[in-house]
Amino acid sequence: MGQSRVPIKGPSEEVDGTEPTVSPVGPSTAAAVPAPTRENGGTGVSPELLELAQAGDHGAFAQIYSLHKRRIYSLCLRMLGNPAEAEDLTQEAFLQLHRKIATFRGESAFSTWLHRLAINVVLMRLRKKGLQLISLDEAMEPTTEERPGRSFGTDDLRLTGTIDRLALQRAINDLPAGYRLIFMLHDIEGYEHNEIADMLECSIGNSKSQLHKARLKLRDALRIRAREEGK
Amino acid sequence: MSQEPKSMRCVDFQAQLPELVGSGTSVADHPHVKECALCRELLENLETIAQAARQLFPEVEPPDDLWEQIETAIKKDGKG
Repeated sequence: MGQSRVPIKGPSEEVDGTEPTVSPVGPSTAAAVPAPTRENGGTGVSPELLELAQAGDHGAFAQIYSLHKRRIYSLCLRMLGNPAEAEDLTQEAFLQLHRKIATFRGESAFSTWLHRLAINVVLMRLRKKGLQLISLDEAMEPTTEERPGRSFGTDDLRLTGTIDRLALQRAINDLPAGYRLIFMLHDIEGYEHNEIADMLECSIGNSKSQLHKARLKLRDALRIRAREEGK
Repeated sequence: MSQEPKSMRCVDFQAQLPELVGSGTSVADHPHVKECALCRELLENLETIAQAARQLFPEVEPPDDLWEQIETAIKKDGKG
């Protein structure tokens, strides 16, 4: 049990937000392609490499894939929870990147732009699957367990220091699609509510509300799990 | 509108919580949180869950053959 628990780290120790490292696994790259750097706003893609890729240099594009494949694949895997679909979406994201890379003008960091492109690919897939990304019913009508002012019993879960990793993973997976999406975008991917509202075409208040309810649902799930384990 | 912190009920505070948390301000400094152990615990729990979740999803490598699939798709796309 102890080894499946997640120790709580401070914000400075968060694992997300780091740039991917270059991996030798993947495409064979042209010898003439410039080495990647952390210049250009920390994108990991040098201006020269970007220019070559924008001009249609296949080796340069392959190098960009190598630099960003982990981040994009991991994003797709988190959002879909299915390796086969994550592969499919990663392929689609890089295909879209190949089509659109010449339009990148450097108004944001390249990694930010690519991440957003990949998010859009994921959202398109979720919509295609018929998932309701934002549910007004979910967002506006508190359920019994979500209602403010509920009482807290003395046997409530005390989330002090560690959380059961598997239980949390399961609880996240069990969230309704709309809640899960906003939870992942905000708490895992680090997007702000205004950005999420823009992506999902909902209000900022709706995004805040759904995130809060997602966290409440996770808390309830963990409490239930803890009670079950205690008996 | 001014509201005496002591007169704020948990139900009112929790109704405001999504907005407070989303506003980026320190909710822990809210007068109601300072005086209400239950809401303080709720807030701490939610923050603990968010922090734990961030550590659940490390970056992973895609399969080695994914690039070959992408190359094939790009070539096909170019021909189309």
